[in-house]
Amino acid sequence: MIYLIFGYFCIATVGISIVALTRKNPVHAVLGLLLLFLHIAVIYLFLNAEFLAMVQIIVYAGAILVMFLFTLFLLGAKELSSTKRYTSIFEGRVLIGVATMAVIVGAFSLIETKYKGKYTISYIQEIGNTKAVGVLLFNEYPIGVLLIGIILLIPMIAVAVLAWRKNDTS
Amino acid sequence: MIPLEAYLVLAGLIFSIGLINLLISRNMIILFISVEVMLAGVNLMLVAMAHYMNDIRGHVLALFSIAVTAGSVAVGLSLLVAYFNLKKSIDSEELRELRERLDG
Repeated sequence: MIYLIFGYFCIATVGISIVALTRKNPVHAVLGLLLLFLHIAVIYLFLNAEFLAMVQIIVYAGAILVMFLFTLFLLGAKELSSTKRYTSIFEGRVLIGVATMAVIVGAFSLIETKYKGKYTISYIQEIGNTKAVGVLLFNEYPIGVLLIGIILLIPMIAVAVLAWRKNDTS
Repeated sequence: MIPLEAYLVLAGLIFSIGLINLLISRNMIILFISVEVMLAGVNLMLVAMAHYMNDIRGHVLALFSIAVTAGSVAVGLSLLVAYFNLKKSIDSEELRELRERLDG
C-alpha cells in the first residue's frame, strides 16, 4: 500500500513539474508550481520531516508563490503571453539537459550510504521532529540562524531601494 | 521500506526537468519558476539523505536553503518588475545591453 501511494506521488511530482513548466499562461505555471510544492510536502512526510513539510507549505505556497502571483499581476498577463516561449535553437540545449539528467539519475541510482548519524528514528520519535530540528539548529548553528536573519534583511533593503529608484525617475 | 535511490532519482528527475526548462525557455517568469523547481529537487534530496543517514542536519540545511531562496526570489522578481517598467518586455533573449558588439 505504501508503495502504491509513493508511486503515485513520484509519478504525479514528475508529471506536474513537466505540465507546470510547459504552460503558456504564466498564471497556470504558478498554480502548477503550487500543486508541485504540495506534493513535495507530502513526500517530506514520507521521510519523517513534518516540520519541513509545514515550512514548505507555509513559506513556498504561502509566501513565494504569492510573490510570483503579485509580480504577474503587476506586469499584466496580456503582454506576457505574447512573447515567444522557447529559444530559437533549443535542440542542443535540450540535449545538454538530457545528458545532465542521465548523468545525475545514473549517479544517484548507484549511491550507497555508509555513514549513520546519532539522530535515529527512535530518538526523533521520542522528542519529536520539530524539537529535534530546533535543538540542533540553536545548539550547533546559532551563527547560521543570525546570518539567515541578515540574509533575509538585505533583500528587503534591496527591494526597497529598487522600488524607490523607480519613483524618482518618473 | 522505500529505498533511498527512489527518492534520489525522483529528486534528480525534478532537478533535471527544471534545468532543461531553464535552458530553453525565454519567458523570465518561467525561468524563475524553473529555478524554484530545481531547488525543490535539491531540498528533496537533502531531506532524503537526512532520513536515511540518521542525521537531521540535512533538515537544517534545507531550512537554510528555503530561507535563502525566499530572499533571492524577492530580489529577482523586483529586478524583473524594474526591467519590465524600463523595456516593456520580459523576453530573456532581449537582455543584451551589456553584450559585446561583435559586428562593429
